[in-house]
Amino acid sequence: MNAPGMNAQSDYYYEASARERAQGLLDPGSFTEFMGPQSRCLSPHLAQFNLTGAFDDGIIIGAGLLQGMPVYVAAQEGRFMGGAFGELHGAKLVGLLRAAAAHKITAVLLALDTGGVRLQEANAGEMAISEVLRAIVAARRAGVAVIALVGGRAGAFGGGGIIAASCSRIIVSGHGRISVSGPEVIETNKGVEEFDSKDRGLVWRVTGGRSRALLGGADAYVADRISAFRDAALAQIPNAPPFTLESLQAEQARLSQRLAAYGTCRDATEIWRQAGLEPPAPVADLSEADYAGLSRLPEADHDAR
Amino acid sequence: MEQFQIRIEPARPASGGRRLASLGVNASGNLELLVERSLPPGEAVFDIATAATGFRDLWEAVISDLCARLPVGGLHFSINDGGARPDVVGLRLMQGAALMEQPA
Amino acid sequence: MTRDELLTALFPAGCSIQPGGFGTLRGMAELPGTGRVEIIGIEAGTPLGIEGALILSGHVLDLVAAASRAPLLVLVDTAAQEMARREELLGLNEALAHLAKSLALAAETGMFTLGLLYGRAAAGAFIATALSTQMLVALPDAYPSVMDLPSIARVTKLKLETLEALAQTTPIFAPGLEPLFATGAIAEIWPPEALAARLAATLAAPPPRADTRDALGQARGGRKRAHDIAAQVMAQAAAHG
Repeated sequence: MNAPGMNAQSDYYYEASARERAQGLLDPGSFTEFMGPQSRCLSPHLAQFNLTGAFDDGIIIGAGLLQGMPVYVAAQEGRFMGGAFGELHGAKLVGLLRAAAAHKITAVLLALDTGGVRLQEANAGEMAISEVLRAIVAARRAGVAVIALVGGRAGAFGGGGIIAASCSRIIVSGHGRISVSGPEVIETNKGVEEFDSKDRGLVWRVTGGRSRALLGGADAYVADRISAFRDAALAQIPNAPPFTLESLQAEQARLSQRLAAYGTCRDATEIWRQAGLEPPAPVADLSEADYAGLSRLPEADHDAR
Repeated sequence: MEQFQIRIEPARPASGGRRLASLGVNASGNLELLVERSLPPGEAVFDIATAATGFRDLWEAVISDLCARLPVGGLHFSINDGGARPDVVGLRLMQGAALMEQPA
Repeated sequence: MTRDELLTALFPAGCSIQPGGFGTLRGMAELPGTGRVEIIGIEAGTPLGIEGALILSGHVLDLVAAASRAPLLVLVDTAAQEMARREELLGLNEALAHLAKSLALAAETGMFTLGLLYGRAAAGAFIATALSTQMLVALPDAYPSVMDLPSIARVTKLKLETLEALAQTTPIFAPGLEPLFATGAIAEIWPPEALAARLAATLAAPPPRADTRDALGQARGGRKRAHDIAAQVMAQAAAHG
């Protein structure tokens, strides 16, 4: 597949900035940024917390070509405020999704990298997430494939996890983590016995991309490369399920069956054992090739989202 | 947090033709830099918002060092700083100025 | 207001409600003039977990499958989402998204989805229930929130007193009904003595078709920029062609 990005520093997704991801996912030189840094779209709320802002408020949005096909892309910058949703950050994404529905764009690539709501502007962030969910539904109803990509340092937490699961398809890498309440939040609220957030292996088994893909919480698993996310997005766009009663009934059945089969499990290893998918070694330790050879749960190949 | 502007009158106008450059991320120990070719050739402006207060002297030193080494006339530098060390600041400014030397 | 007081105030002629486990409710009422009203809900501040979300989404999808055109009233008194390792392992994000999508589908297929917040609702549970209806109204003593101030203090490393003082000057982060009303989350606050009349009047009008909460937030001064930024993005996208 094509070499990524214009500056072509490297193809590693995890290390890349949001702008490098946006550029690298698209055909070289095709990315046009909307509300770029020169528009100085800075959060008006951070100064009262003695914090400096970012000229794009931590999200890069725009249009470009994916193998010649016009698409939109949005990429959150996980290193600025944990990629969290603030008022302007969220409004940029809402505007992009509304535009995608209005112009019936083939696809939106949504490179999530977020801890959820930005607490310094929590109410605006929460509203933005709710508006994003509605805009995703409207876009999907208009026939737009909305593809979530999760492989950055902030993962897709809080409302970001809910947004991921509202998209047509979810693509993860091993670095990608998807969850609602983060391990630290659960530990703070429920105690270390409930969730030891310092236990990295456990955190990855519960929230990590490999677990999500094995179980069906993600639709495609890729190596940590921008080009791999790009290829997977190209493959997933034609498979995007329509937003219909049938899709949601299938999702209802899928999630209910998962609950019935594994509802007593508290660790991914229990799920795999119960499913007869005993991996030859801890899943996190497998090479990408060995991981790719593992069977996924029957649920994982589905059209129910 | 502190915000201030530093204006200088550089000896040489910036070469190249690029209108805009953006690099870096406002994260701990790092900074975001936006460079625009938007001023008369005899001026350069640095708008700085920094998480660390009380270091204006240091910023002035780093910037005068940059201006002695590179032609920056006509460039407007805007910075969101998350507490980057002076060497990181110097590096980012050099990178930004170098990007602007590219053709339009 | 308790659930029973609420139901009596909303439906003086009575309604039929069954608890469905995990704090969920399911029922219906006949309103003079309006006709049948479908009801689902979560009560007693129950945290919303996978089971509760799937029960509620199941009700919603059954109504859509039955081609119901009756309005759907969603009663909300929940804490936050259920915080547990097991919930996250089994994909709470998918269950909450599924509930939000099911409510959106109901609206898309012609049901008027009306949320009524009569207790608490926080974080992801707030998003997947109350905020996923076409129109959200609240009682004066409802308490929506994203995150409580002590938690915000911990994350932002600011003193609680500092945050409390800041909360007086901006609705942008503070928990509670007034700040969230100002951001456009809540369309109307209904006085308890007028619930039946307000319900009938609301359901007599067509449901709001588009999501205009950002414009409402701008008009109320609680979210001054979001609507304009989204509109600017749409204009740039249109210009790009």
